[in-house]
Amino acid sequence: MKLTKLLAGTAISLAIGLGAVSANAKELTVVSWGGAYTKSQVEAYHKPFIAKTGAKINSEDYNGGIAEIKAQVEAGNVTWDIVDVELSDAIRACDEGLLETIDHSTLPAGADGTPATEDFIEGTLYDCAVANIVWSTIFAYDSSKIADGPKTMADFFDLEKFPGKRGLRKGPKVNLEFALIADGVPAADVYKVLETDEGVDRAFKKLDSIKDSVVWWEAGAQPPQLLADGEVALTTAYNGRIFNAVAGEGKPFEIVWDGQVWDLDLWVIPKGAKNKETALEFLKFSTATEQLAKQASWISYGPARKSSAPMVGKYHNADIDMGPQMPTAPNNLTNAVQNNFEFWADNSDQLTERFNAWLAN
Amino acid sequence: MTDATAPQSGEMLVAYDGTPLKQQLAKTTRRLRFNAFMLTLPLVAFLMVAFVLPIGDMLVRSFYNPTGSAVVPNFAEVIKDWDGESDFPPEEVFKVFVEDLALARKNREVGKTVGNLATRVNYEIPGSRSLFTKTARRVGKIEEGPYKEALFEIDKKWDNPALWKTLKRVTQDYTISFYLAATDRKFDDNGSIVQADELYRIYLPILWKTIWLSGLITFLCFIIAYPVSYLLSTLPMRTSNLLMILVLLPFWTSLLVRTSAWIAMLQKEGIINNILVYLGFIGDEHRIQMIYNATGTVISMVHILLPFMILPLYSVMKTIPPSYMRAAKSMGASNFLAFRRVYFPQTIPGIAAGTLLVFILAIGYYITPALVGGNDGLLISNLIANHIQKTLNWSLGAALGAILLAVVLAMYWIYNKLVGVDNLKFG
Amino acid sequence: MTITEKIKAPGFAALVIATLIFAAFTQSGAGTVGFFIIFGIPYFAMNPLPAYASTGEKIGKYAFLAVCTVIFIFLILPILVIIPLSFNAEPYFSFTEGMMALDPDAYSFRWYADIFLFGMAAPDATEGWWTDMWNNATWIRAFRNSFFLAIVSTLLATCLGTLAALGLSRPEMPYRTLITSLLISPMIVPLVITATGMFFFYGGTLKGVIPFYPDGLAKTYLGLVLAHATLGVPFVIITVTATLSGFDRSLIRASQGLGANNTTTFFKVIMPLILPGMISGALFAFITSLDEVVAVIFMADVDQRTIPRQMFSGLREQISPTILAVATILVLMSIALLTTVELLRRRSERLRGMSPG
Repeated sequence: MKLTKLLAGTAISLAIGLGAVSANAKELTVVSWGGAYTKSQVEAYHKPFIAKTGAKINSEDYNGGIAEIKAQVEAGNVTWDIVDVELSDAIRACDEGLLETIDHSTLPAGADGTPATEDFIEGTLYDCAVANIVWSTIFAYDSSKIADGPKTMADFFDLEKFPGKRGLRKGPKVNLEFALIADGVPAADVYKVLETDEGVDRAFKKLDSIKDSVVWWEAGAQPPQLLADGEVALTTAYNGRIFNAVAGEGKPFEIVWDGQVWDLDLWVIPKGAKNKETALEFLKFSTATEQLAKQASWISYGPARKSSAPMVGKYHNADIDMGPQMPTAPNNLTNAVQNNFEFWADNSDQLTERFNAWLAN
Repeated sequence: MTDATAPQSGEMLVAYDGTPLKQQLAKTTRRLRFNAFMLTLPLVAFLMVAFVLPIGDMLVRSFYNPTGSAVVPNFAEVIKDWDGESDFPPEEVFKVFVEDLALARKNREVGKTVGNLATRVNYEIPGSRSLFTKTARRVGKIEEGPYKEALFEIDKKWDNPALWKTLKRVTQDYTISFYLAATDRKFDDNGSIVQADELYRIYLPILWKTIWLSGLITFLCFIIAYPVSYLLSTLPMRTSNLLMILVLLPFWTSLLVRTSAWIAMLQKEGIINNILVYLGFIGDEHRIQMIYNATGTVISMVHILLPFMILPLYSVMKTIPPSYMRAAKSMGASNFLAFRRVYFPQTIPGIAAGTLLVFILAIGYYITPALVGGNDGLLISNLIANHIQKTLNWSLGAALGAILLAVVLAMYWIYNKLVGVDNLKFG
Repeated sequence: MTITEKIKAPGFAALVIATLIFAAFTQSGAGTVGFFIIFGIPYFAMNPLPAYASTGEKIGKYAFLAVCTVIFIFLILPILVIIPLSFNAEPYFSFTEGMMALDPDAYSFRWYADIFLFGMAAPDATEGWWTDMWNNATWIRAFRNSFFLAIVSTLLATCLGTLAALGLSRPEMPYRTLITSLLISPMIVPLVITATGMFFFYGGTLKGVIPFYPDGLAKTYLGLVLAHATLGVPFVIITVTATLSGFDRSLIRASQGLGANNTTTFFKVIMPLILPGMISGALFAFITSLDEVVAVIFMADVDQRTIPRQMFSGLREQISPTILAVATILVLMSIALLTTVELLRRRSERLRGMSPG
């Protein structure tokens, strides 16, 4: 019996020793997209916030979507305090009552004294969400492997001119827009065409033409990796990730801005967040003029405040002007689409289903 | 004269306390049965709460979805009386709808928001979500009737009889919609059941593919396991025990470890491709895509499930005396004939046990296909997980789960009948 | 035949010639060695057939052994291959040129160091390094979670499972097949279904039902323990029932006849005999919990992530050889557990007077 007692005793004491991690007083769980993007937020938001308030920040990564927020809110056990989401997800989560509403009048005024409601670029403030940056999905290639690189979205779909695998985000969003632009639809009409069944068919048909050469990615950190490993010749990616691979790691990547689909990232606070007050404090702090401008020196995403724009300078450790690297730089906007959140809120269920059926066959 | 102790006809045997022995025996048996049962009771009760009820919960959610009636409770009540014959329900119903919508918009209660209703209707009529959320924002301004016209004015999409028929359907708590969706069917505008558009059919094809791939994996496992089990069962104990470790080690190694190992083996820059290139069988430019597709799923799953085939085969083969084969051969049977007529039939119980077990385990696999399946190596479990975790169409996930569960339980029943659940063994 | 005789036999000459042909064809040293090993093992493993065996039979036997060798390699190679790969100095899942040339610089312990360092707040700090590592390093936290869950759920599954197995093995057990089927079913029902049901039930339906857990059991250690104990139960039942099947029930009657009560009988007679089976069952339950990832994906909070959960997201998102370093540790652990189970099985068979095997 000694053996049993010994075993059980060891097991129990081990279990207690390994037990759960204790909680701190002022804690905040900030959830974002990981990799270079989270890094930029840590530098521009987290570190100064910790220095100012002494709070402890747990940084977590996710791949977007509102599933986790919904699960937490509906279970009444909300462990995420503030989350960086895409616009269509913010709208849907807000509609479903999963988010705290945010009073815009409490947001800090711009550095020049403009009230927040006027300082934020139009269409970046919502009932439950406050935008921090403008980002974009573009496509990129390795200029050391392709000398005379692609110039237009049509080139991305041209397997003869530019042979090799293509990297695309797994899902219909953005890919359908890209397909239509490549098929000759003007950027301004993309969603008008997508609203029709024929338009959707047309987009899928265009995707069909490269389907066998596609490598699908899910996390934002993957595309630069795919390019670096030579797994793909061209890949769609978030522009900041490619920029950071170039500026930070000296990779010879080139961004093609033609046909870019830009979108917002917004802060939201899940309803019933355990540290709601701290989260709100963090939200106000991080969307202030200075912080947004500072973030732009870490990654090439455009600040959502007008007053931040003049303060945007160079990349933090290289002599690169950040202005022209932003999705909102005039040169990059010549043929660009703003992601239509309403279209995707309406149609993403159905189009995702069709996309999955298309993938599986 | 009769023996005094022998029972006499008509007289019952009695125990020491005078009760009939038969009764006493029955009592004892009952007590023993009860005692045995009581030993299992804690575990049975535990599994009931921790395992059976959760699965029951999932089954209930596959046909019970009260979203509609939670968001617009009064509307759900009054629309029941509408027979659906006319194009639109009576004005009274519109009034209640507008009031309910305004109230839901005001309360923003988790699980009872206009967004929830919009999501639910969007499953049935794709593209209608924003109609609800947009309308809800303006509905508070409607102060008096006619409510029907007021709604049509906010958005003319409301002027659609099919929409109101759908609303009647989705505000009923019990529904078969999700089972229809899970079998690539749907309600059309008139409320009759039709097949989904071909471009949107995904679940049945994936279910068939799952069954087909599981069958293939089972067959490959069988082909590979049979000779190895035979070898193990005929070798001397010491050697076979040693070789058995090669079978048991993968069995004891984490699934994730084995999956990572296969990624290292099969990827483009992986070991197998490297060897093939090195040996000059393929050019460096023509490395074979063996992973992130169905091939990768099949290869890794065969490796992972192989021990479940080898172990039952081995335990059956070990009991077959080698003298049977010798006897058959000495009577003139060729090797092949002796194998086919004497040896093989005796291994059938092991084959049944192994194939059924492997098939049952393969059909519900999730992790390996999720990691190495790419797009065409995904199985039905991956779709279920996708609906639970990503699209959040929980009812559809539950309906797909129910269908998969039915298939698995049917196989389990066959296994019980053919093999007997008591015969499961490891190592 | 001894090895010397084998080498002198004509079969060996055939093997050498085949290897030479292969070498000439592929022109590669390592490939030739591999060829020689694969086809040499069955040759040396083959027992001499009786003199009357025809050449056809000999070739058949040889081919059979060759096939088996290939299958054993298929079984074990993927597991062994990750061990050297985990010492890769480069962040790839494949052998580099340097590794093939056995260049010491191509090997490193960096991925093992990464297990401790990744996720730490200040990996370079000297003060508070250990606390930081213990509390913040991602993989260390995963190890802690995994072992905590595995130990607690194993204790639960083993206690309940052994008790039930005792009941099931009694001849008087009513509805035996039905109840056994129920108790085994957590192994049969696809994990996705179990996890989905638990996700709904623990998180939603149980909300406000359980004292101390007003929010239900989603994202709690208790919920995960229940899930893992459930999944471990079938293994305990199967192993303990197997041990009990060879159990001589007259020992119980003897003990009772000598005046021992039920408790004494259990602890003094039954328990020592079934202990090896119990421990094997417990180890099975332990490894099941340690390996389980689906329930964790569905129900666990981020700071409840376990080793396999961490590996899962690693493999999906950013493949790094740290995963292989962790995998190597897990393989070593499996070897230890497997050895224990084997020793226990032999001990149990010896105790019950069965032939060692």
